[in-house]
Amino acid sequence: MDYFLQQLINGLTLGAIYGLIAIGYTMVYGIIGMINFAHGEIYMIGAFVSMIGFLILGVLGITYIPLALAIVLIVAMVFTSAYGWAIERIAYRPLRGSFKLAPLISAIGVSIVLQNYVQIAQGAKVKPLPPIIRGGFDIAIAEGQHTNLSYLQIIIVLLTVVLMAVFTWIITRTPLGRAQRATEQDMTMASLLGVNVDRIISATFVIGASLAAVAGLMVTLYYGVIDFYIGFIAGMKAFTAAVLGGIGSLPGAMLGGLLIGLIEAFWSGYFSIEYKDVAAFSILVLVLIFRPTGLLGRPEIEKV
Amino acid sequence: MTTTTNAAAAGQHSYHPSLITMLKDSAAAGIVAALLALPLLGFHLLDSAQGLHLDYRFPLVLWAGVIVFAGRFALSLAGAAIGHRLRAGKKAVSPVAPLDIPTAIAKPKPWRKITGWVLVAVALVLPFLPFADRNLVDKATLLLIYVMLGWGLNIVVGLAGLLDLGYVAFYAVGAYSYAILSQHYGVSFWVCLPLAGLFSACFGMALGFPVLRLRGDYLAIVTLGFGEIIRVVLLNWQDFTGGPNGIADIKRPSFFGLPFSAVSLDGGKTFSQFFGLDFSPDHRVTFLYYLILVLALATNLFTLRIRKLPIGRAWEALREDETACRSLGINPTKTKLSAFAIGAMFAGFAGSFFATRQGFISPESFTFIESAIILAIVVLGGMGSQIGIVLAAVLLVGLPEWFRDLQLYRMIAFGGAMVLIMLWRPRGLLSSREPTILLSDIKEAAE
Repeated sequence: MDYFLQQLINGLTLGAIYGLIAIGYTMVYGIIGMINFAHGEIYMIGAFVSMIGFLILGVLGITYIPLALAIVLIVAMVFTSAYGWAIERIAYRPLRGSFKLAPLISAIGVSIVLQNYVQIAQGAKVKPLPPIIRGGFDIAIAEGQHTNLSYLQIIIVLLTVVLMAVFTWIITRTPLGRAQRATEQDMTMASLLGVNVDRIISATFVIGASLAAVAGLMVTLYYGVIDFYIGFIAGMKAFTAAVLGGIGSLPGAMLGGLLIGLIEAFWSGYFSIEYKDVAAFSILVLVLIFRPTGLLGRPEIEKV
Repeated sequence: MTTTTNAAAAGQHSYHPSLITMLKDSAAAGIVAALLALPLLGFHLLDSAQGLHLDYRFPLVLWAGVIVFAGRFALSLAGAAIGHRLRAGKKAVSPVAPLDIPTAIAKPKPWRKITGWVLVAVALVLPFLPFADRNLVDKATLLLIYVMLGWGLNIVVGLAGLLDLGYVAFYAVGAYSYAILSQHYGVSFWVCLPLAGLFSACFGMALGFPVLRLRGDYLAIVTLGFGEIIRVVLLNWQDFTGGPNGIADIKRPSFFGLPFSAVSLDGGKTFSQFFGLDFSPDHRVTFLYYLILVLALATNLFTLRIRKLPIGRAWEALREDETACRSLGINPTKTKLSAFAIGAMFAGFAGSFFATRQGFISPESFTFIESAIILAIVVLGGMGSQIGIVLAAVLLVGLPEWFRDLQLYRMIAFGGAMVLIMLWRPRGLLSSREPTILLSDIKEAAE
């Protein structure tokens, strides 16, 4: 029981991180119908900016943890979303409305460039950061059984919930969100009605990138080690999560992320840690066979 | 650069950015570049015994800004200079290349046919050219592996229009099946080659059967996942695949039973003894080169021929319009499955060749980046254009191979080239995605 609960907590934490990245994929896919392959690298850049941010704060002598966390969070979001914006501007916008595979290839190219850029700029070695937030609760469930719930895990889950709330509010209540939904439904019509489609798409990339930056920050804190290659696997799993939840659906992305996180945690807890990636992908294949639109996706009507 | 394309795309009559606008524009680009460079270039994470600490490299940030500013300004100047000439020449530089609709049956353009034959002729005599040393032939062999993989994937992506991001999995299956068969059962390369193809085709079917009902992008992600699964299994199934250490000492190919070594181990004659030549390690290199050349050309010939058969036509038709195909009685599942299996088969052939050439394989060689490279070759080549694939393979694999010393920057250049070629020609270098047969009158009437 205690072991089960521990895996559940670990899975939820991991799932929150995947879910935040998955939102970036699902939003971009929903609005321009492309797989933003470089999104995983954006998350990796978010992790690097966060780590550098913590070290700068350490040099400056700001060690009060909540303040440091808030500063790094904002800095990481700003810089990472600048990357997201620039990538869209340089590599995707000129290809809009062009041949369908072109943006995908361009995105794969961007992903390779970013990975190697970070490798050259920061070195190929794994970067360890000493734990910043320590401690946690020890929950006793029964006689002699207890589970560890660290403060960090609470912060990660809470932060994710808050961000999701803000994000849902933006999408459903603000003019920006309305314009985004309009663009998603019909880009031409939206532009005819005065929506600046280019700007909305840029905003989508910026929002997606800043959520990925938060995920990067969380991973830096949670695992304490990052390298230039973390973006690929995490990005792939997050995309799996987005597809699992139904691509284009925002609650679906979060749900898919949680599911992938839980599957991974339980699989590595009870079966074998080596095959955890296989488990996540096998589930994806099964879902797609029996429910090709994902869990919360709407069936797509084929138009001739 | 983007301003000019955008302006051209919008079909505006005259758009001449003034010098001031250009300067402003370039300054903005430079500032953004410096901002982007600030965290990752400006600070350097150094790992030392005392833990992580920072190193400062602010001049680099300045350089990044200045270089981007200068580059952007130069591009806008060049764009303005070339701009109106282009606009006068072409009617509209739309991002979607105008599809010139062929009349009746599309004939391959004559120059392409000639280029094809010239390339084949050059490839045939390459090892005997005066400047061809062992190194060059070796690199040409590697290039041909990619050309063959590109042609194989072209069947799946270019002809049948199925986006496959895990093609390298079939390549791995081919390589491992040769390695394991020859190590455990002593089966020779020539027996293994068809077997490897068969195994890969079976894997293609096994993967394809459940997932081919999926639409384009879902299919892409499932194939990507499948590629990863194969790699993870290869990495972890220690006793069968050797895990991360891979399989070493794979038997090298023989010339129909004559080994390429100085002395034969089993008492028979070696290749050099049989033909009365002096022993030279170059023989094997040359032989491998011809072997892959034949395999690649076989792939090419197969594709060229099958495009004229009902099944090939069905692939292309399916790519163009699945719903129409269904209503005309083409079974989409069977058609897609056959494309998948045949594409996988060629990857299997290439894989077993790779294993015998290297003599050593490990999961390292079958990462996603390989799939991406092969897909990039197909798409950059122009989806369905056989010569385009050769051209793209030379650009993406051949050229970087010559700059191997700059290992790190090589991959950046590779990724950058992918982006730039796509921006420059979104439909690929030689776009010839027109169906082999097209009823042009009906199409025109409909428009």
